[in-house]
Amino acid sequence: MRAGPPPVLGPPVLDLSHVTKVYGEGETAVHALRGVSLRVERGDYVAIMGASGSGKSTLMNIVGCLDIPSGGTYHLDGTDVGGLDERRLAIVRNRKLGFVFQSFNLIPRMSAVANVELPLAYGGVKAAERRRRALAALDRVGLADRVHHQPNELSGGQQQRVAVARALVTAPTLLLADEPTGALDSKSSEDVMNIFDRLSASGRTLVVITHEEEVAAHAKRVVRLMDGRIVEDARTTPVGGLPPRLAEVAS
Amino acid sequence: MNAAEVLRFALRGLAANKMRSALTMLGILIGVAAVILLVAIGEGASQQIQQNIQRLGANSLTITPSTAGGGGGPGGGFARAAGGRGGGGQAGRQNSGPRIQAKNLTVDDARALADPANAPSVKSVSPVVTAQSQTATYEGASYSISQLVGTYPSYFEASNKPVAKGAYFYNDDVLAARKVVVIGQTVAENLFGTVDPLGKQITVSGVPFTVVGVLKEAGSSGFQDADDVAIAPLPAVQQSLTGFGPLGQILVQAKSAEAVDAAQTEVTEVLDQRHGITNAAGADYRILNQATLQETVSAATGTFTVLLGAVAAISLLVGGIGITNIMLVTVTERTREIGIRKAIGAPKGAILGQFLAEATMLSLVGGLIGVLIAVIGAQFTIAGVQPVIVPTSIALALGVSIAIGLFFGSYPANRAAGLRPIEALRFE
Repeated sequence: MRAGPPPVLGPPVLDLSHVTKVYGEGETAVHALRGVSLRVERGDYVAIMGASGSGKSTLMNIVGCLDIPSGGTYHLDGTDVGGLDERRLAIVRNRKLGFVFQSFNLIPRMSAVANVELPLAYGGVKAAERRRRALAALDRVGLADRVHHQPNELSGGQQQRVAVARALVTAPTLLLADEPTGALDSKSSEDVMNIFDRLSASGRTLVVITHEEEVAAHAKRVVRLMDGRIVEDARTTPVGGLPPRLAEVAS
Repeated sequence: MNAAEVLRFALRGLAANKMRSALTMLGILIGVAAVILLVAIGEGASQQIQQNIQRLGANSLTITPSTAGGGGGPGGGFARAAGGRGGGGQAGRQNSGPRIQAKNLTVDDARALADPANAPSVKSVSPVVTAQSQTATYEGASYSISQLVGTYPSYFEASNKPVAKGAYFYNDDVLAARKVVVIGQTVAENLFGTVDPLGKQITVSGVPFTVVGVLKEAGSSGFQDADDVAIAPLPAVQQSLTGFGPLGQILVQAKSAEAVDAAQTEVTEVLDQRHGITNAAGADYRILNQATLQETVSAATGTFTVLLGAVAAISLLVGGIGITNIMLVTVTERTREIGIRKAIGAPKGAILGQFLAEATMLSLVGGLIGVLIAVIGAQFTIAGVQPVIVPTSIALALGVSIAIGLFFGSYPANRAAGLRPIEALRFE
C-alpha cells in the first residue's frame, strides 16, 4: 500500500460553528442540535457516532446541505452555505458533496451506469465524458461487470457500491455517508468499508455517520454526539496518515 | 442538463408505467381525434350542401307561384318543381289570409322579365312547366321519369345542366313545338341500357319524343335523384302533357354573381306591377335566391361545425384533467426519486422540466396518434357525409394538446420541483 498523501493546505472542508437546529415552536419545540462546532480538514476520515435521537441525522442533513441550521454558521470548503439560495445549494450538492445513504437510494429502473451518470448529467457534463467517468467509478468499486444491471438485479452490497460510485463520480470535496452499512450483511459491510478505507488512503475527505463501533473503527477520528451536543472527539490517526484498518494491514 | 437530456428522463419515466401512460394518452387521443373528425364531418356536410345548392344553377333566381289557398289551380305539384324544393310551396300555403286574387305565373310574365328595359340585370329567363312521374317507354322498356320539364334552351345554363352527349334543343324547336327531349343519366340507363339513346324515339304518356341529348351526370342530391329528369321544349310539353295552364316556375339567370341581388329587385318590381301587388306580404309568388340560400346554409352549417367542435373540445379537456390526475399520482409515487435527484444536485428547473416534459409528451404523443386516427377516419364516409379535414383544425388540436400538457402538467410538476429534499427522501 502506498502512503497517505501529505495534508493539503486550504480552508477546512467542513467548518461548523455553534450550529443549532430547532424543530417546531414554543412548548413543543425540539432542540435537535444545541450548538455543534466541528472542523474537518481535507483528507480526514471522521465517524460521527451517537444513539438515535442524538441529533446525528440532523447534523448529516445540515452538513449535506439538505437542511438549513436554525443558528450558527456553516462553511463548506470555504463557502458560507447559510447564505445560498435553493439554486446554488443544488449546485453545491452536485459539485462538492457525494451522498451514500443507508437505503442506497438508487433510482429504480435505471441501470447502474445510468445511476452513476446522473450527478454528472445534472452537472452538465457531456455524454461521452460522463459515460467514461461513470464506468471508471464503477470499476473502482469493483462493479465493472455489473454496469448494465438495474438496482433490482443487484444485491444490497452491490447496490451500495453503485451508490458509492455515484457519490464519487463528481470527485466531490466531501463524501458523506449515513449509516452506509445499516442495511447490509457483514460481508457486504466489509466490502463497502474497504472501499471507504481505500478512498481515504487516496486522500478523499469522508464523514461517516453510524452507530456501529465496528464501522467507526475504520475512521481516523471519532466524534460522539449526545442530545445535540458533541461529547467526545477522539483522533486515532493523524489527518495525513493511513486509515487505521489499512495501517494494520500495511504494518 | 440540456433539453435532450430532460426528454430522455421524461421518456424513461413514461416507459416505466406503460399501461398508465397509454391510458392517459388515450384520453387526449380521443379528444384530438374527436375535434378533428367532427370538424371534418361538419365541413364535409357543409361542402356537400353547398355543392347541392350550386348544382341548382349559378347566379339564378327561382320564381315559384305562391297560391295561398285560392285559385285551386295546379295544386302543389308544380310548386315543387326542380329548384323549388327549399319549401317555398308549402310555406306559402300556410299563409291563407285574405288576398285580392292570386295570379299564376304565365309565359307573359316570363316575357316581361326578359325585357332588358324592365330588368337590365337579367341574362335569361326560362319559363318552366313540370310533369311529374311520366311513364316513358322505348321498345318495350318502360320507366317512370320523375320529372319531365318543359322549358326554353336557356334553362340548361341557368340550372347548371350541361349535356354529356348530343345537344340541347334550340329556340327553333321551342317555336315549332318539336317533340325533342334531353334526358338525364338515370333515364337513359333505365330505358336504353347500353344502347346509344341519341336519335331514338321514346314515348311519354303516348306522345313520341326524339332524344337529342343526354345530360351530364349530376349525382343524387339528398332525397332526389337529379339525373332522373327529362327536358323538352315548353310548348311541346304543354301541348301533349300539362296543357297550357300556369307555369310551375320561372328560372331567371342574372348577368353575374354581383347582379343577382339587382336582378331580384328588378324581378320583384316587374312581377309586383304585373300582378298588382302593393305590399310584400301579399305577394303571390316567391323568389328563391341561390346566393342567399347559400349564405344562410353556410351560416347554419358553420354553427353546426362549431357545436360539434365544442363537444369534442370538452372531451379534450377531460383528457387534460386525466393528465393532471395521473401526473399527481406519478409525482407522489416518485417523491423518493425526486428526493434522490435533488440530493445529488438536480436543480429545481431540471425536476420541473422533467415532469412538464412527461406531461407534454403524454399529450403530444396522444395528440399525434389522435391526428393519425382522425386522418384515417376521414377517409371513410361517416353518416352519409364524406369528412373534409380542415388543416387548421389539426394545427389547433395539436397546439391545444401541447398547451394542455403544459397547463395540466404544470401543477404536478411544480409540486415535484418544490419538494424539499429531506422530506422527499424520508417519504416511503
